[in-house]
Amino acid sequence: MPCVADWLNNPFSIVQGIFAQNVPNSDWEKKVTEYFKEKLKENNATNWVPSLNDVPVHYLKPNSLVKFRCMVQDMFDPEFYMGVYETVDPNTNARVLHFGKYRDVAECGPQQEIDLNSSQTVTSERQTFYCVPVPGESAWVKEISFLTEPVLSRVSPSTSYTPSRHKRSYEEDEDMDLHPSKQKEQHTGNCSSGGDIHGCVEPKRLETEASAGHHLISPNCSPPLDLNFPLPGEKGPACLVKVYESWDSFKVNDVLEVYGILSVDPVLSIVNSEERDSSTLNPVESMDTAEEQRVHSPPASLVPRIHVILAQKLQHINPLLPACLNEEESKTFVSNFMSELSPVRAELLGFLTHALLGDSLAAEYLILHLISTVYARRDVLPLGKFTVNLSGCPRNNIFTEHIYRIIQQLVPASYRLQMTIENMNHSRFIPHKDYTANRLVSGVLQLASNTSLVVDETQLEQGQLDTKGVHNVTALGNLITWQKVDYDFSYHQMEFPCNINVLITSEGRSLLPSDCQVHLQPQLIPPNMEEYMSSLLTAVLPSVLNKFRIYLSLLRLLDYSISEEVTKAVEEDFVEMRKNDPESVTADDLHRTLLVARFLSLSVGQTTLSRERWLRARQLEALRKARLQQQKCVNGNEL
Amino acid sequence: MSSPASTPSRRRGSKRGRGSNPSTPQDARSPASQKRRTDDSTSTGELQPMPTSPPADMQSPGGPDALFSSPPQFQHSAIPLDFDISSPLTYGTPSSRVEGTPRSGVRGTPVRQRPDLGSVRKARQVDLHSDGPAEDMTTEQSLGQKLVIWGTDVNVASCKEKFQRFLQRFIDPVRKEDEDIGLDLNEPRYMQRLEEINMIGEPFLNVNCDHLRSFDENLYRQLIRYPQEVIPTFDMAANEIFFDRYPDSILEHQIQVRPYNALKTRNMRNLNPEDIDQLITISGMIIRSSQLIPEMQEAFFKCQVCAFTTRVEIDRGRIAEPSVCKNCNTVHSMALIHNRSMFSDKQMVKLQESPEDMPLGQTPHTVVLFAHNDLVDKVQPGDRVNVTGIYRAVPIRVNPRVSSVKSVYKTHIDVIHYRKTDSKRLHGVDEEAEQKIFTEERVGMLKELSKKIDIYDRLSSALAPSIYEHEDIKKGILLQLCGGSRKDFTHTGRGNFRAEINILLCGDPGTSKSQLLKYVYNLVPRGQYTSGRGSSAVGLTAYVMKDPETRQLVLQTGALVLSDNGICCIDEFDKMNESTRSVLHEVMEQQTLSIAKAGIICQLNARTSILAAANPIESQWNPKKTTIENIQLPHTLLSRFDLIFLMLDPRDEAYDRRLARHLISLYYQTEEKMEEEYMDMAVLRDYIAYARSYVNPRLSEEAGQTLIEAYVDMRKIGSGRGMVSAYPRQLESLIRLAEAHAKVRFSEKVETIDVEEAKRLHREALKQSATDPRTGIVDISILTTGMSATARKRREELAQALRKLIQSKGKTPALKYQQLFDDLRAQSDTAVTKEMFEEALRALADDDFLTVTGKTVRLL
Repeated sequence: MPCVADWLNNPFSIVQGIFAQNVPNSDWEKKVTEYFKEKLKENNATNWVPSLNDVPVHYLKPNSLVKFRCMVQDMFDPEFYMGVYETVDPNTNARVLHFGKYRDVAECGPQQEIDLNSSQTVTSERQTFYCVPVPGESAWVKEISFLTEPVLSRVSPSTSYTPSRHKRSYEEDEDMDLHPSKQKEQHTGNCSSGGDIHGCVEPKRLETEASAGHHLISPNCSPPLDLNFPLPGEKGPACLVKVYESWDSFKVNDVLEVYGILSVDPVLSIVNSEERDSSTLNPVESMDTAEEQRVHSPPASLVPRIHVILAQKLQHINPLLPACLNEEESKTFVSNFMSELSPVRAELLGFLTHALLGDSLAAEYLILHLISTVYARRDVLPLGKFTVNLSGCPRNNIFTEHIYRIIQQLVPASYRLQMTIENMNHSRFIPHKDYTANRLVSGVLQLASNTSLVVDETQLEQGQLDTKGVHNVTALGNLITWQKVDYDFSYHQMEFPCNINVLITSEGRSLLPSDCQVHLQPQLIPPNMEEYMSSLLTAVLPSVLNKFRIYLSLLRLLDYSISEEVTKAVEEDFVEMRKNDPESVTADDLHRTLLVARFLSLSVGQTTLSRERWLRARQLEALRKARLQQQKCVNGNEL
Repeated sequence: MSSPASTPSRRRGSKRGRGSNPSTPQDARSPASQKRRTDDSTSTGELQPMPTSPPADMQSPGGPDALFSSPPQFQHSAIPLDFDISSPLTYGTPSSRVEGTPRSGVRGTPVRQRPDLGSVRKARQVDLHSDGPAEDMTTEQSLGQKLVIWGTDVNVASCKEKFQRFLQRFIDPVRKEDEDIGLDLNEPRYMQRLEEINMIGEPFLNVNCDHLRSFDENLYRQLIRYPQEVIPTFDMAANEIFFDRYPDSILEHQIQVRPYNALKTRNMRNLNPEDIDQLITISGMIIRSSQLIPEMQEAFFKCQVCAFTTRVEIDRGRIAEPSVCKNCNTVHSMALIHNRSMFSDKQMVKLQESPEDMPLGQTPHTVVLFAHNDLVDKVQPGDRVNVTGIYRAVPIRVNPRVSSVKSVYKTHIDVIHYRKTDSKRLHGVDEEAEQKIFTEERVGMLKELSKKIDIYDRLSSALAPSIYEHEDIKKGILLQLCGGSRKDFTHTGRGNFRAEINILLCGDPGTSKSQLLKYVYNLVPRGQYTSGRGSSAVGLTAYVMKDPETRQLVLQTGALVLSDNGICCIDEFDKMNESTRSVLHEVMEQQTLSIAKAGIICQLNARTSILAAANPIESQWNPKKTTIENIQLPHTLLSRFDLIFLMLDPRDEAYDRRLARHLISLYYQTEEKMEEEYMDMAVLRDYIAYARSYVNPRLSEEAGQTLIEAYVDMRKIGSGRGMVSAYPRQLESLIRLAEAHAKVRFSEKVETIDVEEAKRLHREALKQSATDPRTGIVDISILTTGMSATARKRREELAQALRKLIQSKGKTPALKYQQLFDDLRAQSDTAVTKEMFEEALRALADDDFLTVTGKTVRLL
């Protein structure tokens, strides 16, 4: 009887079982996925599966079932593998069929040989994705998703924490015994090759990992493997995710949750060095450059492989919300939350007003901004993006930094981009294709959907932008206007649509385009900004904070419509406005007001536009414009 | 030679030219074929009827009977051969290759081996075809014991015969390709090619698979399926014919047949395990090419003791060094003599799928190519090519000492033929490569659509639906997308007539001009989008760059050349600097681009339509000024635009109301509705592509008459006021527009309605752009000379008045500038601006009446 531990800890035995039962026909593959789908549906079964996001790789049992929440950073070429293969025992001539699915290495017993010419061999195709943890994922997301996992999930691998470590190192020893010469070569040889990294890291690994957790790169290895995270300073495991079905439906920058079999077979790394050795003789196998091999088959200890059994795209990564909102269960969750929406909104507004130094209008706009999302694209025009330029920010680091810190506490993924000349000129914004290594080198603008990007323009000083800087700023501008980034493929560019909420903080009007500029009018200037801001965050109860988080993530996913009569009213309004002031009221204004109305309605949980909301939206817009006007006058007088 | 026990596996291996050792089956490097060769390995019984040549034949590879024999390795089964030789005659043994096979007809022309076909013969085939050719085989066998190549249904003799017939008889029914130039269409095409080979001495025969398919479907199928066996047979056939015809011809080596344009696969994304070991053609872009790899084909060993020499063929990438000298039996005395060993050139090339083939949001796939011999260095990174070759898969061995194998295959393509797609821009039009292939249903659907009466309006409103109204502009763009018919007047000395329609949009900022441009850029496959401010002349045209790796000068093409046969969208046209704009002159009328820099002098085709957007100079359109004054563009450039539209913000209530409704609808439409729109975009794209490439309307008699009338009318309007109001350029524009409209209707004839619509649109555009704000009359000369006729007249009058004024002052040699200006103003009844005054002075200076130096005016 297969118990929990079986399908969790030794999924191969399950697959083998199904394979053996159905071997002549090919529907065993379907049955395997069905089996695991069933298993994972059982009550909270998904929580039993250890997650690569939380547990360091070396604590996880190889060949066990794991899950991983990640973003597709790059897609490698599809590969052909032996779906089914046959082994022969040369002594007894006994033939055994094996499956190659979910495996990196075609295994066979010590006495057996793989018959490469067997008629039973089935060649199949799979696709490899290079996945990284969701860039800019907030600390609270990690924390909460870790905590929600029941104890058992952590215990089951943790029971093997110590032993597994022993066991693994033993395995490795054994492995090294097998090729002692190899090992020596690796240590004596220079450190440039991928295999060598493995070799160098190996002895160091245990201490490094034990102390630093995720931090895997050993300092004594000259070129550490670039794990290609979009944002600088990110940590976490990158992973080669092997997808077996419908890989066409996934796109770069999609956020996925995959369930699959973890493969950290040390043989994988040896493959590299071996190939390099033979490369002098056999150019066929050295078709990839050393660089490319480093990237495409990095040491499994650094970049584990996951052979996907189930993969799903995630709508959001907020662990406080049910993953899929269409299910019955989650519907009750939504309706429960909707009933207490208005106090939450009021509280959030108050909280943000404090954060914005008492400016409630700016806080209102900030809420609208935080729940905005590109809900559709009309030919080239993205609809629903709401880039806010918060101008008039005090020119010191502390304010914007704290605003970012607060946003970080509220949204699941965010990044603060400091717009300094230095940053513009030197950091990598646009992902580009590195043809030597044959991979997409990531850039800051490669972000998952609904990531909050806070652009801090208060940091900008006078100075000269070089070519790269100009490109970077243009890319940022394009991102804001068209919600797409042109990735650089050196011979051509490719457009990748994105959905990123951009908030720009600046002193005056930002040099970047924006949908709406709000001039900050602080009502109070705290003597000690630092203290004021930190006390603000500590004052909020965690439960309230969680409500804010649910609020912002949930409202983004709601549908919205406008009724016929409101359409009429809005139409009338617009015509009226144009009549009174044809010069200043343009189609753009209507666009913006409609956007504000949309998010305003959604922010109170209404999915249709009402007359009141429309008027309120107009009122907000009027207030905002008046402020800008005023600001202009002030500036004019000053000059 | 071979022991009976090992026969099955040896045979199987030898077919691949491998001669795999039966005692170490695990050494075989390739994935087993699942089906095709199943019968071979599973039952030895079936092998028996397999006809093989008698052993006697093996010793005489030159014997004609050997044609029908199974592969030649039998004679050398002790030494594994490393090149694939399905037919012994063509390739012979390594030694015969060096010495040259004395054969009738071939006359000692050395055979050159084809690593493209067999360098990886270690690869046994991976094949997922369920319908193996087994039955073909048996039927053929039953039909009189014909011999087929092991594991295939290819009969060497009949295949050769068929191909010879193809070469001798095939006449291309439709002439399409540019490379056909100089061939007599009524003669067999490939015989002329052979003649060419005789004359030029390049022993390669390129065969279009499409031709072969139309000639013999079955032979084509065999070629696609078993290229490794069939192509050598083709070589043999071609050589026989060639040396029959030109017995005295001296070639470097024997002719090699290079098939191309196989229809098997077009797109890299569609490659799947089924394609392995088949002939495929894929298109893509070269991204990287390696250094030349000398691949040892045959090692030369010499005994240090007795100077006995021996040759060893490469086997699976390894040379088995003979440990004992056969002559003197000394152990370990054989030394490798490098410069007597045989090497062949090899190069690794990476091909990336072309951006057009990629689905949105995914990264491009790449595939490794191996080029051999003279195909090495034929392509450079950045080239767009169609590659024909054989798809291969090789398993990766983890470690020779460990029996486990990485369960992944390495795949690559052995290149047989490259066909550059962008080099053709240097030559004429190659419609074939450009033409998108539509399915029957799609064509039917499009044709059905074209019959609708309101198709023109439908299409134009489907264009950029998010942009509100501006119907005429959309219509104009629609016509631009379809383009006129291409006419060639080279023989009359005029050269190509421009078929592309250029459009300029000018208007207030924020009237979604950019959005329209973006839309067009997204719609057409060969679109380029640049901004005037950000582009330099070099970026638009082409520049010469030194490739850091190869140190070669490379011509990098810019936006205009890249959008050849497409549309180049230029935003902020007015902000472009003068020198950049000047390169547009040539492109917009001659449709070519001349480059002379760094030793590269050439003329590139740039048959691109230009869709430009410009903002008025004062940021807001000044209705009191002419177009020229508003956008400050040189009229030489303006007159090259067929249509100039103004996009102004109309200020009327009904418009506002409709606009509001339209915008609101954007804000609650659901994703599904958007999907529908997207569907429309795909249809629209196909419709335009079809109209562009398949419909070529010609002027009908009455349409011609209407055009003449229209033109005469236009001329007449002006002549009434004593000025020219239309130039031949306007007539050409009209013709283009009319043709484009006929294309929209899928009509092969330009009829009166097309001309009427062209006239209307042209007038509409003119009305907006060429109306003289002072008189309210449409005045074409605003666009052609940059000034309205009235303005010119007034300048003339002012100059006369000034002359009179000066003359009335009497004999003063010099006048104060300011004084004169004040006097003139006092005298004139209309307001005289400083500019007008200066213009008048200049006019008088041109007449040699006076000169202006600093602040004084001197009379002459």
